Amino acid sequence: MSSVAGDQNLTTVTEKISSIVLERKVGKGWILGLMVCFALVMLLLYSITVLLVKGVGIWGLNVPVGWGFAIINFVWWIGIGHAGTLISAILLLLNQEWRTSINRFAEAMTLFAVSCAGLFPLLHVGRPWLAYWLLPYPNTMGMWPQFRSPLLWDVFAVSTYATVSALFWYVGLIPDLATLRDRAQTGFGKVVYGLLAMGWRGAARHWERYETAYLLLAGLATPLVVSVHTVVSFDFAVSIVPGWHATVFPPYFVAGAIFAGFAMVLTLAIPLRKIYQLEDYITMRHLQNMAKVMLATGMIVAYGYIMELFMAWYSASPYETAIVSNRLIGPFAHVFWPLMLCNVLAPQMLWFRKVRHSTVGLMIVAMFVNVGMWLERFLIVVTSLSRDYLPSSWDDYHATFWDWSLFIGTLGLFGALLFLFIRFLPMISIFEMRTIVPGGRPKGSGANGNGEGH
Amino acid sequence: MSSVLDKGAPSCFGLLAEFPNVDDLLQAIHKSREAGYRDMEAYTPLPVHEVCHALGYRNRLPFLVLIGGILGAVGGFALQYYASVVDYPLNVGGRPFNSWPSFIIVTFETTILGAALTAVLGMLALNGLPRPHHPVFSVPQFKMASGDRFFLMLLSRDPRYEQEDAEQLLRELEPLSLAEVPHP
Repeated sequence: MSSVAGDQNLTTVTEKISSIVLERKVGKGWILGLMVCFALVMLLLYSITVLLVKGVGIWGLNVPVGWGFAIINFVWWIGIGHAGTLISAILLLLNQEWRTSINRFAEAMTLFAVSCAGLFPLLHVGRPWLAYWLLPYPNTMGMWPQFRSPLLWDVFAVSTYATVSALFWYVGLIPDLATLRDRAQTGFGKVVYGLLAMGWRGAARHWERYETAYLLLAGLATPLVVSVHTVVSFDFAVSIVPGWHATVFPPYFVAGAIFAGFAMVLTLAIPLRKIYQLEDYITMRHLQNMAKVMLATGMIVAYGYIMELFMAWYSASPYETAIVSNRLIGPFAHVFWPLMLCNVLAPQMLWFRKVRHSTVGLMIVAMFVNVGMWLERFLIVVTSLSRDYLPSSWDDYHATFWDWSLFIGTLGLFGALLFLFIRFLPMISIFEMRTIVPGGRPKGSGANGNGEGH
Repeated sequence: MSSVLDKGAPSCFGLLAEFPNVDDLLQAIHKSREAGYRDMEAYTPLPVHEVCHALGYRNRLPFLVLIGGILGAVGGFALQYYASVVDYPLNVGGRPFNSWPSFIIVTFETTILGAALTAVLGMLALNGLPRPHHPVFSVPQFKMASGDRFFLMLLSRDPRYEQEDAEQLLRELEPLSLAEVPHP
């Protein structure tokens, strides 16, 4: 089955995708969207400034709940990023050529989501200008970081993930930057794209090494992406806090990350393909496949919820049972039941072909999942911390204005980066699209095989 | 057009032929190799394995990446061992200083980091990039090499290279265009 619709060839894919960047006039919608996001970025900068001046006391943190929005948002954002790596790396290794038209912006989404995620732990340390203390380097204090701590594992996992995601994205862009360089009409465009393309000229021996590097990066990113959310779940699971100390956490976090990420890819892909008339490239087949991945990972997440309930009963630990009753009927029921609606019930709609075939239906389900995954992180972080072993230390958690302004500010940052990305870089990989349209492959080389699975 | 008499110093860097599709390019590669040319380069807008096979390239990158990964692993573990056992031994709940199971994750991450950095930097270094200028860029139609055209260049440094012979060989393949690539 072909992954492109309509009558496409080398010339049309090159022109169509590069013209979005090089020729299309800046639309009113784009300006308006960027303005809104830019305003939110200003809110983010303002909130950060206030935070740096006054300290983390402006957040709703208190003594039992030392991890509030910062950790919730960190886990939520980094989870969203994972779908980008999954699409670009795992589907590449599995030779799923339908990934080709969505991998570029999914990778961009990863990079921007990881940037938003990274902000939170940095700010949460209280004195971000000393965050480099987290890194192992010989220093005059004569100290080293504690390598037995999951929090330090996180530093390595997330910084490696950010680096590898950036490399993967940039390497993927190089041939397309060369196309933009060669097609740019303005001197400025020629110079900027030319510098970024680093003199790429499509020599056969370069392609050979390029493809090897790309494939190896995919092979490296695949275990990496699994390890990152596993390590994020270790931040919780390695502790002995009730509700966190569970072996189901790593697989359940990884599945949740993919679930959340695909929901975000759908949230972005559906309006993008409409606005930029990319229906021939991002086809209904892509949206359906993503819906199916969401359904599958959603079921794994639901299994995680069931296991949490089961283990609370099976462990016969009063603390674990208390956590569950706090969630089901206690002070956190108003988070738990909406979570069940968003993450367990709403995705069941995807069993119906009618919903999978409707962009509106998919968009609604994806929005539910976006919200649901945030609620899940909230529930995990706050329930366990606010009600642990000693009732004398219990306290409630209420987010403040600054908690919300930082979170909404990162949504703006994410949006602003995406708006800039779709304006200045090709949102679909041009050279990979060339490999799946007729005309790029030698005759008799097996139709549409994209040759990446060697 | 320069003469074949001047064999010591060819007048151009190479001869660049433009083809409309990959099959014509492959045919041109085979014909040129049959004619004895060895030093040639093909330019395509997309990766085509058949072209690389036809040109007979070997690729050392996977080996380098393996080395990068091993160095990452050894370096990562050594860092933790040095910090936790040698330089700053800290008794945490009576656990051994060399509590290697808890060092595995950072070791894993540094392995991936070492291998990934080697893959990208190695690819760029072996390809001689960044290199903003290259003689082929001075041929105007070469712009299409990043669009929908396929190019073959016979390099003049090939001992087999003779200007008129090369020109005749490529002309017989009916390229869309044929151009001399000037020396840098």
